[in-house]
Amino acid sequence: MSARKGLNVLQGAGVDPLGDGPADASRRAFMRTAAAGAAVSALAGCGVDLGEFLRGHFKELSKDDLAKVLAKVEKRNKERFGRDTKVTAEGPRPGVEFGYGLDISRCVGCRRCVYACVKENNQSPEQPQIHLIRVLEMDKEQGVDLAHSELYYDADAVPRPGKFYFPVQCQQCRNPPCVKTCPTQATWKERDGIVVIDYDWCIGCRCCMSACPYGARHFNWGDPKLPAEELNPNQHYLGNRPRPKGVVEKCTFCIQRTRNGRYPACVEICPVGARKFGNLLDPESEIRKVMETKRVFVFKEELATHPQFYYFYAT
Amino acid sequence: MSGVLEFLKGCVRQVLAGGKGYKAWVAFLLVTIAIGGIAYAQQIRYGLIATNMRDQVSWAFYVGNFTFLVGVAAAAVLLVIPAYVYQWKPLKEVVVLGELLAISALIMCLLFILVDMGRPDRFLHIMPLFGTPNWPRSLLTWDALVLNGYLAVNLILVSYLLFKTYRGEHYDKRIFLPLVLLSIPVSISTHTVTAFLYNGMAARPYWNASILAPRFIASAFCSGPAVMIILFQVLRKTNELPIKDEAIWKIAELMAYAMFLNLFLLGAELFKEYYSATEHLLYTQYLWTGIGEHRTLVPWAWFSLFSSIVAFVLFLIPATRRNFFTLNLGCLLIWAGCYIEKGMGLIIPGMTPDTLGEIYEYKPSATEWGIAAGVFGIGFLIFTLLVKIAVPILVGTFRAPERTGASAPATGAGLATH
Repeated sequence: MSARKGLNVLQGAGVDPLGDGPADASRRAFMRTAAAGAAVSALAGCGVDLGEFLRGHFKELSKDDLAKVLAKVEKRNKERFGRDTKVTAEGPRPGVEFGYGLDISRCVGCRRCVYACVKENNQSPEQPQIHLIRVLEMDKEQGVDLAHSELYYDADAVPRPGKFYFPVQCQQCRNPPCVKTCPTQATWKERDGIVVIDYDWCIGCRCCMSACPYGARHFNWGDPKLPAEELNPNQHYLGNRPRPKGVVEKCTFCIQRTRNGRYPACVEICPVGARKFGNLLDPESEIRKVMETKRVFVFKEELATHPQFYYFYAT
Repeated sequence: MSGVLEFLKGCVRQVLAGGKGYKAWVAFLLVTIAIGGIAYAQQIRYGLIATNMRDQVSWAFYVGNFTFLVGVAAAAVLLVIPAYVYQWKPLKEVVVLGELLAISALIMCLLFILVDMGRPDRFLHIMPLFGTPNWPRSLLTWDALVLNGYLAVNLILVSYLLFKTYRGEHYDKRIFLPLVLLSIPVSISTHTVTAFLYNGMAARPYWNASILAPRFIASAFCSGPAVMIILFQVLRKTNELPIKDEAIWKIAELMAYAMFLNLFLLGAELFKEYYSATEHLLYTQYLWTGIGEHRTLVPWAWFSLFSSIVAFVLFLIPATRRNFFTLNLGCLLIWAGCYIEKGMGLIIPGMTPDTLGEIYEYKPSATEWGIAAGVFGIGFLIFTLLVKIAVPILVGTFRAPERTGASAPATGAGLATH
């Protein structure tokens, strides 16, 4: 189990509380070495990156191996965008569990969060366009009713009369159906509550997209086309580093920001203060204040996904 | 082991020899495979954006074909159960062919999964020892396990049986019978696990119904044997394979029961959806009546239901079951009905409207049609070649050299003697 030291160094001492980390690491490492000889000749000709092909799972990487993997991502970024980037794999802080609050009565549906997210998280701005936050326009007469919601509303001015707005992004479930269904453990829930994906481990089967009740997972159907000048150079391995085609991505509460004590980009940009964020374990945090003073609910509570994302009506 | 080498050489000779019809059929299959290859090269180059799948409908044509073919593969058991468990002789002659169909269908299943993957180059990540399979939690790892297991059991069974018969020897019951008995639960489990893959997703109410696995099994017992009935008639004409009429009629009768069950379960599901009429009705509505102007699947759904009902009646009435014109018509209708029902009719309404209520009307792209044609081409080619080798062994015209001239065992080669 020595291979799991890397995880402990990274995330602080202790055993993985979720208990769903890959087991049997050393035997697999041996098998990989044994297979390496045969694979080298077979794959080198196909242009497959062998280091990547035979690499272990993220949670099994030693400190040295992780450093190599991060350096490789930076090198790939340099080749692809011609720019220097800083890619980290900063782990969760002890005593932190993130929670998010969204005030439906304040949200005006301006979608600034959507585009701040695109910019921060190095998403392809168009062709194909991926939005990790989606704002649904709903009829006040219907209430929260997906069958009567409109995702592609085109308004000269918001909020429109008779309408209210319901933004949806990853709900960072405590019981995430996406993690359960992933056949390769390429996605998991971190100790601070963020559900992450290793884009270098995902096989693109899209089981998680079928399993997610919130449409929060998005697939890179084509090659993302991110202009070099729009690249955000501050990146996290499990977060906003540029994605390859053929893998799934999602909202990570801006892991590259929030693990350094900053707000997610969507919280920062919101012009009406509809978005609240903080540490659920800290009684003084903004999110805990919201939960104390307002009445919160979670989306699709009947599915028992237990989100760490709460909706509320402040007024 | 020189016998094995001799056997393999003989197989190659069998495959290369054949009449005009056979060669034209193989050439046709090679053309579809070439089309599939070109389409897949496109998809690899541009990514899955070459398909019409998008985030709203993220599984579609490939996964639908996969699901249908799992049913075809599972259906070999419909021949195996009466043949071996109840010792029903007329079926024993033909059970090998059912297993060959299962092998070909399973290979197509695995190929459809492969072409649906965004990163097929990372397939090792799902393998034990090399990767980190999320077993037992992920149903897809279970599916990989049972599909490959069923494929292995069928491959061992068929090659053992055929090789023994080729050598003019009788098979060893101690090896053979446990494998046959094992293949029954494994076959049922392939389709059950595939159903559970969808069934387990609470996010998709259309799939999240306990009736899904039983419906899968019922329709599988219709679609797989439909292929067999047509194949048996072709082989009787071209290869003097002694398949009795009563074997074919028996299969047709079993299919009638399976189709009754299938229609009954469909009715039970429709009643629940329409009578309770909750927000979950939307998906069923999308399939049967459409939602507003979104009606892509509606004609297909009704065509599928019509086909299944007509086929059921044709197979139920002994006179039409025994008339080869109506029998074959019934087979075609069943095939069409189940293909729509277990393919697009299952996958697309599961995802339309999507989890946030958006309706994206999916239709396969040219690339998807091309790749699917290629996969079916590979499957049919494998099936054709396997049958080409198996049938001469079964009728005793393809034997080990030292055995040539020795009389073939009684009807149905080594199969009939137990």
